[in-house]
Amino acid sequence: MSTAELIGADPGWMIILKGVLIFVICVVATLLSIWAERRIVARMQVRVGPNRAGKFGLLQSLADGVKLALKEDLIPKAADKIVFVIAPIISATTCFMAFAVIPMTGKVRILGHTTAMQLTDLPVGVLYVLAIASVGVYGIVLAGWSSGSTYPLLGGLRSSAQVISYEVAMGLSLVAVFIYSGSMSTSAIVDAQNKWWFGVVLFPSFIIYVISMVGETNRAPFDLAEAEGELVGGFHTEYSSLKFALFFLAEYVNMVSVSALATTLFLGGYHALPGLGFTETWLGGWFTLVWFFAKVILFFFLFVWLRGTLPRLRYDQFMQFGWKVLIPVSLLWIMVVSTLRVMAQQGASRTVIIAFTFGILLLIFAAASLFERSKERIKKESAQSLKAFPTPSFPVPSLTASLTNGTEEIHD
Amino acid sequence: MHNLFAFSTQLHVGSTATPEAVQFWILAPLAVAAALGMLLVKKAVHSALLLAWVMITLAIFYIAQGALFLGIVQVVVYTGAVMMLFLFILMLVGVDSSDSLIENIKGQRATAITAAVGIGGLLISLIGRATLNHPATGVESINANGNVQGLAKELFTKYVWAFEVVSALLITAALGAMVLAHSQKIKSRTSQRDLSISRFRGESLATAAGLPGSGIFALHNAVDAPALGPDGLPVQASVSKVLEARGDMIASAPFERTDIQEEEK
Repeated sequence: MSTAELIGADPGWMIILKGVLIFVICVVATLLSIWAERRIVARMQVRVGPNRAGKFGLLQSLADGVKLALKEDLIPKAADKIVFVIAPIISATTCFMAFAVIPMTGKVRILGHTTAMQLTDLPVGVLYVLAIASVGVYGIVLAGWSSGSTYPLLGGLRSSAQVISYEVAMGLSLVAVFIYSGSMSTSAIVDAQNKWWFGVVLFPSFIIYVISMVGETNRAPFDLAEAEGELVGGFHTEYSSLKFALFFLAEYVNMVSVSALATTLFLGGYHALPGLGFTETWLGGWFTLVWFFAKVILFFFLFVWLRGTLPRLRYDQFMQFGWKVLIPVSLLWIMVVSTLRVMAQQGASRTVIIAFTFGILLLIFAAASLFERSKERIKKESAQSLKAFPTPSFPVPSLTASLTNGTEEIHD
Repeated sequence: MHNLFAFSTQLHVGSTATPEAVQFWILAPLAVAAALGMLLVKKAVHSALLLAWVMITLAIFYIAQGALFLGIVQVVVYTGAVMMLFLFILMLVGVDSSDSLIENIKGQRATAITAAVGIGGLLISLIGRATLNHPATGVESINANGNVQGLAKELFTKYVWAFEVVSALLITAALGAMVLAHSQKIKSRTSQRDLSISRFRGESLATAAGLPGSGIFALHNAVDAPALGPDGLPVQASVSKVLEARGDMIASAPFERTDIQEEEK
């Protein structure tokens, strides 16, 4: 029986149970990931990080949450009250919805029923996640607009532009996966990877997805919507108390769900690492949950690592990177992938496929060397133009005698 | 229009399941109310939001009727991309700006009404021709080989010509928009590199480390008070040119160090 049929046969209480479990997993994951992020970033910056509340500071984010809830809830006078309240609700509800189509385990037994840990299986599951993500961004954009002040508005504007540009790249990176798995359903994509992970076969798509997933979740180095250094707090500058907590929750749940989607699409989902497949058969279906979360945590660590390493991109660099690099590269890659796929399906011989691949590689190398050469030429030209300038002199301000005396007195 | 259509097909098939009927009678009035609200509210962003809500309810209707792919794509494309672009523009234009009701193009209203009635008539006649006297096939037979597969087969076999023509039209529209919005730059934009070169290779290195900040060494550290140089004189470059142009700069004299001149006397 396929996963879709298995899930279709779930009784009502099972659906409710799974829904509650997803909610609990997401909330607990948020609490733990805030703590983990602070500890890991602290380690990277040679600090200790939160270690007071509970063992190893594990209860720190719980304490922070309680503190946030007890703070005064302010609504600015200039705010558009209805939209101001709706915005965090949109953010916090949509972030949980994406998790509904993520397959977390293979076949497992719950209270005598055989099922899979996945709330529902849609034939267009991956598109559903994209749709939910695009509705979720409304929360951020509306928060920025409704606050009625400049910095949040700028944050909201940036966020909407960011989403329009990076969703294109993200969608294009998924096309190759659809072509290879022949399906848009998450469980079918996981099944299609039982031999080779798509992260290996479709490596460029994997890289593009990982880059655009960081852009979609507003995380460093793409956190332009909340850029602390430039926009105070960006879209959530005017938010306080529980409403702010909802945005905080949404950001971390989003991180977990895009990581889960990346795991599902590119790293074989809940399946064991290659060569360790025996763990699934020996230890039963529930053990696949361990593999799934191990991979999700790997992506989460990547998020934290990026935040600890890279400075924030300038806005125009970010847009240029999205439109001039990511989108053209993914378009070219899709053309190559679909050509290879059609060749394989039409029964082209292995020599033809290998020759085609080598041809593409040669073209890429030729383009790269041309690019390098033109870069060197520009460098040389600008070095020449620099020589034309005269060497300037340092300005030495004329100090009045009395002032010089005055400073000397201070030194004494 | 779409709601009406959804309703009529339901009547045709005549086998609406109870959950679907319940969902329809809850969501349809909400969608109609939102659509009316979209026309009546004052703020542009509110009406954009209500439109987004109408789109999402339509998507739910599509999904409930078995057109899963259409429903999801409706949300991704219309709510996610098109409405987001609308919001972007509305936010760029300004928070409080309201529409002006003055006609710029002569006879715009009459033309608009004629065009609207024309398109409405066209749609009604087309939908009528497609549905009247044509018994509905039922969504089960269409989705027999899977919703996405069925749609793909129709699009890329029977309607491939229409599909290609529509995509050519869209690309033409995109190119047209680019050409219209494009403006030839008179001189190339100064990049960070150019700025750096001009700072270090100019006549003096006075501004190599950036312009002095406002208020430094002055008796007042506000942004509109110029800094004092080592010679005790105000440095006008330390105050933003925007403030100067707006006339928001205060006279620097009260904040200068007068003790220098006094000591010299």
